[in-house]
Amino acid sequence: MSAHPTHESAHDTHHAHSHGAGAGHGSFKGYMTGFVLSIILTAIPFWLVMGEVLDSKLFTAVLVMGLAVVQIVVHMVYFLHMNTRSEGGWTLMALIFTLIIVGIAIAGSLWVMHHLNTNMMPMTHEMMKNMP
Amino acid sequence: MSATQVQNTDEKPVFYLKEEHHPENSTMLGFWLYLMSDCLIFAVLFATHGVLGRNYAAGPSPADLFDLNLVAINTAMLLLSSITYGFAMLQMERNAKMETLVWLGITGVFGAAFLGLELYEFYHLILEGAGPTRSAFLSSFFTLVGTHGLHVTFGMIWLITLMVQVRRYGLNPENRRRLMCLSMFWHFLDVIWIGVFSFVYLLGVLG
Repeated sequence: MSAHPTHESAHDTHHAHSHGAGAGHGSFKGYMTGFVLSIILTAIPFWLVMGEVLDSKLFTAVLVMGLAVVQIVVHMVYFLHMNTRSEGGWTLMALIFTLIIVGIAIAGSLWVMHHLNTNMMPMTHEMMKNMP
Repeated sequence: MSATQVQNTDEKPVFYLKEEHHPENSTMLGFWLYLMSDCLIFAVLFATHGVLGRNYAAGPSPADLFDLNLVAINTAMLLLSSITYGFAMLQMERNAKMETLVWLGITGVFGAAFLGLELYEFYHLILEGAGPTRSAFLSSFFTLVGTHGLHVTFGMIWLITLMVQVRRYGLNPENRRRLMCLSMFWHFLDVIWIGVFSFVYLLGVLG
């Protein structure tokens, strides 16, 4: 039992440095890096849309969404302190699971509803009048 | 959890827990799981807006309604509140109570500015006759952005409550844990806002 106190104190010091789950401790440098990156990643899509920089709307839309994804990753890493180690990887597992569900919900909804729209029988004005 | 029984001289059993409980860690993981479930709520609202966002019912379109300058200022407010909350957390780690409170206060001001601008926008939309009942697009818009705004409102209530708690009881372990939970909540709301301004406002105006 004599080894117990040392084990306890070792555990305590370890404990102080491992508040996993996105509550990990950031540094001033980390927060500033995230902040500057966020400003750049926010300014570019606003500039693209407000300045009508690109001719192709589709390309602009893809760029805007791509930059949004990059900025979300920046926020996750620098502000929420996501990494593979916090909580023994459980926070990352929960995040990946959530992202899969989010992907299915959004992509699935858009896909199904788009097909419902395009496969709907075209309705003429006369048919509309005879609707119940 | 294995317990070892040690016989004392007075025959009274004494139990030692070899593994200690981790209340802080499980709170953080639990709160993270809550945020993930909240993420699913927003995912469904984003999907709804994705489906209904082009159904204007011969009413106004995003390009007619949205003022991107206002949205840009709003985005800046939320981003600034995120970084100032980060500074509050850094001060909390230094055990500086007053500085923590000051940064939390600044965060609250930016949060209030965000909410004020959003309410101003909603008020003007409704005045222009573009309320949630106007079209499917506006219904899904008000539901999505309104839900985010409601989250920020509750975050503000939580922030003010914690400021009073820290003022009264100092930076004790309980308040530190609460501040860390609110930190995650606040940064998470900023993450959701990235999706809102990109998907709803910018892509909406783009048409």
